[in-house]
Formats: sequence, C-alpha cells, structure tokens
Amino acid sequence: MSNNINLRQGLNIPISGAAAQKTSKNVASTVIAIKPTDFKGLMPRLLVREGDAVQAGSPILADKVSPEILFTSPVSGTVAEIVRGEKRKLLEVRIKADETQKYVDFGTRKVNDLNAEQIREALLKSGLWPAFIQRPYGILANPQIKPKAIFVSAFSTAPLAADTEYALREEFDNIQTGVNAIAKLTDGGVHFSINQANYSGTPFHKIENVIQHTFSGKHPAGNVGVQIHHISPIRKGETVWTVSLLMLAAIGKLFNTGRYDLSRKVAVTGPRAIDPSYVNAVPGMSMKDIAEYYDNSANDIRFISGDVLTGTNVGPEGFLGFYDNQVSLIKEGNEYEMFGWCKPFRTSLFSASRAYFSWLTPNKRYDMDTNLHGGERAFLMSDVYGKVLPMDIFPVHLIKACLAGNIDKMEELGIYEVLDEDLALCEYVCPSKVEWMSILNSGIDLMLKEMA
Amino acid sequence: MNGLRKFIDKIKPTFSKGGKLGFLQSTFEGFETFLFVPNTVTTRGTHVKDSIDLKRLLIIVVMALVPAMLFGMWNVGYQHDLAFGLGWGFWQTFLYGLVKVIPLYLVSYIVGLGIEFVSAQIKGHEISEGYLVSGMLIPLIVPVDVPLWMLAIAVAFAVIIGKEIFGGTGMNIWNPALLTRAFLFFSYPSKMSGDTVWTGGVARYMAEGKAYECGNGIIDGFSGATPLAHPSIEGLQSAGTSFMDMFIGTVPGSVGETSVIAILIGAAILIFTGVASWKIMFSSVLGGLAIGYLGYFGGITDLPGYYQLVMGGFAFGTVFMATDPVTAAQTECGKWIYGFLIGALAVTVRLFNPGYPEGMMLAILLLNTFAPLIDHYVISSSIKRRAKKVKIA
Repeated sequence: MSNNINLRQGLNIPISGAAAQKTSKNVASTVIAIKPTDFKGLMPRLLVREGDAVQAGSPILADKVSPEILFTSPVSGTVAEIVRGEKRKLLEVRIKADETQKYVDFGTRKVNDLNAEQIREALLKSGLWPAFIQRPYGILANPQIKPKAIFVSAFSTAPLAADTEYALREEFDNIQTGVNAIAKLTDGGVHFSINQANYSGTPFHKIENVIQHTFSGKHPAGNVGVQIHHISPIRKGETVWTVSLLMLAAIGKLFNTGRYDLSRKVAVTGPRAIDPSYVNAVPGMSMKDIAEYYDNSANDIRFISGDVLTGTNVGPEGFLGFYDNQVSLIKEGNEYEMFGWCKPFRTSLFSASRAYFSWLTPNKRYDMDTNLHGGERAFLMSDVYGKVLPMDIFPVHLIKACLAGNIDKMEELGIYEVLDEDLALCEYVCPSKVEWMSILNSGIDLMLKEMA
Repeated sequence: MNGLRKFIDKIKPTFSKGGKLGFLQSTFEGFETFLFVPNTVTTRGTHVKDSIDLKRLLIIVVMALVPAMLFGMWNVGYQHDLAFGLGWGFWQTFLYGLVKVIPLYLVSYIVGLGIEFVSAQIKGHEISEGYLVSGMLIPLIVPVDVPLWMLAIAVAFAVIIGKEIFGGTGMNIWNPALLTRAFLFFSYPSKMSGDTVWTGGVARYMAEGKAYECGNGIIDGFSGATPLAHPSIEGLQSAGTSFMDMFIGTVPGSVGETSVIAILIGAAILIFTGVASWKIMFSSVLGGLAIGYLGYFGGITDLPGYYQLVMGGFAFGTVFMATDPVTAAQTECGKWIYGFLIGALAVTVRLFNPGYPEGMMLAILLLNTFAPLIDHYVISSSIKRRAKKVKIA
C-alpha cells in the first residue's frame, strides 16, 4: 500500500487485562437503561411513561431540536423507572426486559433500491440516526444537511479496546449493507480507514463502495478524528459525519433483517477483570449483569463504560453506553504513596517519559489505577504533548485558548478538528495533571453556544 | 510508614479549612505531598494517568545539576588554594568549597522557598515545586564571595517580581535564577565583575589584608581573572589557561559554570530523560559557533569558534538556563530559532563589547522576553500554511 499514512507520534498504554478472544457469556439483561447523556447535544423529550410496554425499536426519546431523531429501546419490556438528576435532568430510562424479545418490524429492504431520503427516514424512525456523530464538535448529526463526507475507522487503538476482527467477524455482510446505505447520504463518499499492520489479516479490507485509507502507528492512529485530519481536514463551515463499525453493523442489520438490533460482543477488560473476555450483550446492559467478572467486595473498582482514557465512569450500578463495546474495570487509586515521586524505581507504575525506568520493560503490562500520581499545576512542559498527538496543531495553545474562552484563537488553532478523545493522551501524559478533556469540552460548548 | 501516615491524618484537620491552624493549609499540604503522593483520583477526563509529575521532573533537573555543583565546590577550594599557594589535598580543597557554598544554598532556599510558601498561602494555592530548581541554580551562577545579604535581596526580587506577581511557577516570563543574577549584576556591579570576585577569600584579603587562617598572602602573579577577561590566544597563554583547563573547569568563574564536563553530564541526563529540549541546546551551540567563527574569520578575535563554547557561562546557560521550559519558546520550530539566537547573541556580545565580557545572561533574558513573539509567528505561519494546504486539496 503506497498510500499508507504512517503516524509517528502516539502511545499505546500498557495496561493489563486485555480480553481473551472467547465469548464466555450471553448476558440476558433483566433491566437495561437508555441514557440521554450518551449523546452530546441532545435535548431529550420523553415519549413514554413508567409502565408503558415497549418493543425493541419502539421510540423512547426524541430530540427537542430535531424531533424526527428518535431514540428507541434496544429490548422489549416495560418502562420500569425514569431516573432524573439535578434540576430534573433526565438521566436514565430503565426498561425491564421481557423474557422473549419482540422486535418492531421495520421491513427488510434492499439498500440499492432505496434513495437517500428513504434511507434517512429508515434510520431516523428506527432509532439508528444517533449512530452518526457530526464534526465539528462531536454532536448528534443534523438530518437536514448533507455532510462533506462520512468517515469510518475500521480499527481501534484505544487501550484494551475490543478486537475489531473478533468482535465483528460475523457482521461483515451487515457492515457492507450499512456502508452501501450511508454512502447515499453524502456526495463525498465513505472514507474507510484500515490498520496497515493488519491489512491482510482483516476481512474488512474487502468492504466495497468505500474510499480506502490505511494508517499505521500507535494510539490514537485508530481515532477517526486523527484520520480525518490526515485525509481531509475540516474547514470552517464544513460538516462531516463519523460512524463506527459497530453502528454500521446495526444499520446493516436494520436493512437486512428489519430489526433494530444493537446486540454486540462486549469486551470485559481491565486489571480488575477476572477472566477478561467477551460477552454478548446490548447497550444499556447493567454492570450487575457481569458480576462474575469482578470482585468488588472491597468496593474499590471503577466501572468504566468504554476505555480507560475516554470512557464514562458509570459506577457499580451503571449501564453500558450506546456507542461502547467495552467495559474497563480498574482499581480506585485512593491511597497515599510514601515518597512516591522521589523513589528511584517505581516498577509497578508506567511512565511514558524516561524520568522513570519503565522504558526498560517495554513488554510489561501494568495494573493501573485511577490515582492522579501528583497534584494539578500550571502548564510547564511544552514538548511532551506533541509526542502523543499525531496532528498538525498546537495542543497547549489550543487548550489555553479554550481556558481563555477566545473563540477566534480556538478557530485558528483547530477546534473544529478535535474532540476530547483525540487529546486524551495529552491528558494522560501531562505532568501538570491538567484536565485537558474537560477544558476542551468547555471550549467546544462555548463554540456551540456562540456559533449557534 | 503507616505510623507517619496516621500522624499526618491525625493532625490534618487542624491544618484544614476551619481548623485552628487553617491559615497554614498550603504549607501543610506542601509538606504532606512532599512525603506522600496524594490519594486524589481522576474525576473527569482520562481515568488513568501517567506516573510522572512535576516533582519528579524537577528532581531530575536537580540531579542533573549535582555534578556541576560538586565540581563547583571543589573548584572554589582549588582556586583559593592556587591564589594563596596553600598546597591543599583533595578533601581540604573540597571542604573549603563546601563551607563556602553551603551558605549560598541556605540563603537561596530559605529566602526563595519562604516567599513561595507565603505567597501560596496568600493565594490559597498548593505550593508549586518550581523553586526547587531555581534555588539549586542560583548559587551556581554567582561568584562565591557574593555577600549573603545581597543574594537574599536578589532572590527576593527575582521570586516576587519575576515570578509571583505573574502567578507563580509556569506563568513567569523570565527565568527566576537569571533574574537573580541580573539583579545582582546591575545593583552591585563591583561584587559581580572584575578580577577579584571569582576566587574565594581574595576580596576579603584585598579589603582587610587578611587571608584564610594560614596567614599566607596572595601569591605573586595571581590574576584571578576569568578567561573571558582576556579572550585571545595570547591572553589565555599568558594566563596559563589551556583549552582543556576550560573544558575541565579549573579556571575562575561563577561557582558552577566552569566545568564543561560536569555540565555535559547534566546535559546527558536532561536530554535522555527528555526533561530539557535538545533542540534548544543544539541550536544554541550552533548559534555560538556560527558567530564565533564569523568573528574568527573576520579577524575580530583569534580564538576559534569552539573556544566560545567552553568559556564563561555559555555551556551552563545553554544546558540549564535556556532550556527552562516555562520561559523558552514553546513551539518546536520556535525552539530552534530561540536557541540559535541565544548562542549567537551571547557570543556577539563577547566579541563586540569589550567592556562587558559575558553576554550569556542577558542573551537568555532577552530571548525569554521574545520567546512568546517567536511562538506567535511560528504558530501564525503554521496556520497560514495549513489554510493554504486545505485550499489546494
């Protein structure tokens, strides 16, 4: 492949607990949750009441801004509980699942016979529209517009991420159908990025009707934002959509089977996972459904829906997020460490810098915990971030512009091109322990507010 | 270990907000985090964090300075020994330097950290570790006989005016250690330049006619001048200073700046651990060589360019001062420009201003001032270049 884009900057975080390639459980959830908080930019309107019976595919929520965007139930059952937080903010809609699943029939259809309008309608009605994430800002896609292009990353480099080839190996046909469907929604084509190192090993290089790219490098080479930056950077006024392979499979299933079927293989990972492996589940699965994979008797586990860099802390009672096919279980590091920073060796801890000696043991995997390993300080170092960010932007200056709320500067420095997941590694390596992701998100929120 | 932890947990409420000694919270936290890595966990953003923190980074800089410091202590004794013809052995030489240098460190750290603690207390911040390095640097860039009260005033000036009023470590625009030196240089020039200040005990001998307890007078032919005072082949020869002397560091000068070998050990540590930027060091050397050779071939000096690298504070400034990540240029391209200009400017001052032989300090301070401007132009040119690239695509 001559067009390979090799990214030299990056970092693979050597955390222990990668999932073995086996599926050890079929999770039959009794209660699942739909979480409006999974979707950035959503103002939810509730369409059901407690006690209502729903089928898999029945609408539960709609967006107040674009009411045609529906959010549907992944299972059939009855609405058990509506959980609200401060100021009555809607947090979760919990659904008690039936023993036998009933699906709303959206009808099997041949994608090739459908036009863009029909595809858009099918996705909106079935609740699969939120599969699209719109950039800039990473918000729900606006159904009224035609994006410049649609980008798909066909591999993940995130820590302990589910193995794409294993988790989606049975979904090849569905993904192909999904690609054919979404290709009609844009004139710019579907850009499909494959890992160069595994090019021949992955079946997905055979996906047709796409513009193929290959990437090689460490995390975040698999982040779609980084790929867009190298394929076709987002200019002011442009809009692109991204969609994951996982959601493409669900879109394909909608057209192939007529069902809203989000079932997926979920990787249970992390240093605190017992027998880390895959389970068959649906999003909204409760952490209690995988109780045999951890021992939380000391109440010291953090339950993360997603990976350890960008996932959501959902707590022991929490639920798997809409976009996630990974659960990370790590220890809460709320312990003091005597003389930690001045010990010459701290062999149980990893550091990307050579200030410690973990560079001597490149193959070691570490039982990482959530300790900050220091106190928050002002920015001091300037060159550690560029080493983990394969993008032609100035991350420290961008973050400072976000802190200052300077919209012109944010625009110039590339706020359109990044989401918090792209800068997650900067936060990980930051010796000053600055909260990059939340600062960037506040910058993005400001842009959304001011540019709306 | 557990006992200490229990003790700290026991007295913690007293020092927390609302406690009897709540006003000392920052100080308490400073000591607590010095002993224990805190138990705070990630809340938003990434769930795991690298084990590196500023304390670790800065302790590495301190370690990198140790060879220069130790050599400096020995050299203080050695220069004294030469000046008074005492014929000391190694340990006596080192001990003299130790006794001379320790008070400088005490003043530097007590005054500097004291101000840091107080200002952190006033602002209600955590105490930042930045002064650990500044305090280590300051005694190494002053003449050994600088009066301690002057040093105290200079340190206070640098920390308050140079750092705290900007918001503390990470916010300052000038290197605090160099600001200390600049303050001394302009306020008390007689103690900071000339031929007699560089050798321990000489200034006192000149003033009072008394020397170290042995009672020896200064030997005949003592000059005490640093190599920079006579920057020519002939001048160096008549002073009996060879290139190797300057490389090893057995010449008069500020405490820690003389030994290029010791500085190179520090540079190796800093570059290997990635704490300091090799780009700045390398480009500064390039800049120094460029102007040094320009002067050599232009007939301004008969010293080949590489002599400029081993004389005076060039090496020390390049490795430890110019690379201060806060005050240096922040962009990678900017670092090349910044470093090159420091080296070039320092040697330019040496060659063209006979009244002021050492340009390193002011070259770095000047480029500190201009570093944000350099970054500004690097970033705006990058933005323009990207805009162009996108248009073509």
